[in-house]
Amino acid sequence: MPKRVVILGGGTGGTLSANRLRRLYPTDDLEIVVVDQDDAHVYQPGLLFVPFGLAHADEIVRSRAHQLHKGIEFRQVPIDHVDTESDSVQLQDGTVLEYDVLVIATGCVLVEEETEGLTGPGWMEKVFTFYDRVGAAGLHDALEYFEGGRVVVNVVDMPIKCPVAPLEFCFLADWFFQQQGVRERVELTYVTPLDGAFTKPVAAARLAGLLEEKGVALVTEFNTGEVDGPGGRLVSYDGREVGFDLAVVVPLHGGAAYVSRSPGLGDDLGFVPVDVHTLQSTAKPNVFAIGDAAGVPTSKAGSVTHFEGEVLVENIRRFLADEPLDGSYDGHANCFIETGFGKALLIDFNYDVEPLPGHFPAGVGLPLLKESRLNHLGKLMFQSLYWHSLLPGHDLPGVGSAMPTRGKDKEGVP
Amino acid sequence: MPVVTYAGTEVKVNDEGFFEDPGQWTEAMAPEIARAQGIEELTEPHWQVIKFMRTEYAEKGTGPTVRVLGKTSGVTVKELYQLFPKGPAKIAAKIAGIPKPRGCI
Repeated sequence: MPKRVVILGGGTGGTLSANRLRRLYPTDDLEIVVVDQDDAHVYQPGLLFVPFGLAHADEIVRSRAHQLHKGIEFRQVPIDHVDTESDSVQLQDGTVLEYDVLVIATGCVLVEEETEGLTGPGWMEKVFTFYDRVGAAGLHDALEYFEGGRVVVNVVDMPIKCPVAPLEFCFLADWFFQQQGVRERVELTYVTPLDGAFTKPVAAARLAGLLEEKGVALVTEFNTGEVDGPGGRLVSYDGREVGFDLAVVVPLHGGAAYVSRSPGLGDDLGFVPVDVHTLQSTAKPNVFAIGDAAGVPTSKAGSVTHFEGEVLVENIRRFLADEPLDGSYDGHANCFIETGFGKALLIDFNYDVEPLPGHFPAGVGLPLLKESRLNHLGKLMFQSLYWHSLLPGHDLPGVGSAMPTRGKDKEGVP
Repeated sequence: MPVVTYAGTEVKVNDEGFFEDPGQWTEAMAPEIARAQGIEELTEPHWQVIKFMRTEYAEKGTGPTVRVLGKTSGVTVKELYQLFPKGPAKIAAKIAGIPKPRGCI
């Protein structure tokens, strides 16, 4: 009897885990089933480029099923709930899928409706998000014809996918409006609930400096309570207001809805609590979580998911073989930050080490926390690596799961 | 590490005024800490939130964020800001004698 691994979610984490597992086990030993409610795998880093006409919303999506190796079953059905007591998943078509090991890889959902007024009058007219394809495409149309006024970029609250993306949006907007010849008529403001431009101090200081250089105003500790589309105002819970003619809002995020319908599986926001080093769920030993769905204290980002994948697959192997788990996931994240004009920064960090200047992955390599053309090219090249190396589950040359410390400049911290 | 006196007892706090050892906290200290944060009187809803913070901390090892408080404490985010205008999660954690809620990343 082969064992069965059920993977919920056919995005970055689900796909690369399924493909790695398929290479590790013959089909006679392990059955792998991937479940997702749709067949649209979006290359999410591409969403940032859509509003500026640098990518088209249709170019960044492919079939989920086509990214899975032969010998992996793909089921396109919405999930009703997980029953960890009976080791089974109830699907919305009535099917019950039993598993030996379950992987939760269903990422985040945007919960726009949790913010008063966000999807009210003005939504998709002067209030947009670029965190999904429809929003990003709509924003592209709005930006093309924008002739001047106040543009605010607002993060409602953490956690969000890719915490640097809203900053990148600001940098690219500065570039875009210059190209359009209207920059001097546009007032750009970044409005964040954090007490600085970013969560980690050294990077926050550098990024705040970049915002200033590019003429983007920074409003901090702003907890958006209401988005007033017709009145063109963001209103914070403590009564402050920021006016806008065009608002780009990153909505609240939560885990997939079925997580909250599954007894004991998720936390209050629908993310799955796991051991932060092994990715094993605290709910039950045969349940694991990867990527944005996992409640771990690092960024919700594709690079995190990629680095987690190696440890996750090894731990599933160990679990099935009755061996002690490998606690080696260190919270490693690695993000390119587009800064406009064909340049980008790179940051590399983990649970314990914040993003520092230096080079990646060693003394010679891509410059860290510093604008360079090389980083921009790295970001562009990554899309092809994503489809052809990362999802199929290959290791990227020179980029391992554990964060490299060589090349990081601990002395030069300002 | 600063030492302050609440309700006649010396307690260790960090540079931001959060308790180093939540075990040192007693209910009698809360009104004094609250006054230093500009809250003159702790009403019933204040206490509801403070006690909720203590329970969450005991269970999970960290205080909840504002959003989680709004979902789970029985007090809406709007009301939370009326009770603790300078930031519900931070101020309530301070008054409840628990560490600053871990910021999300």
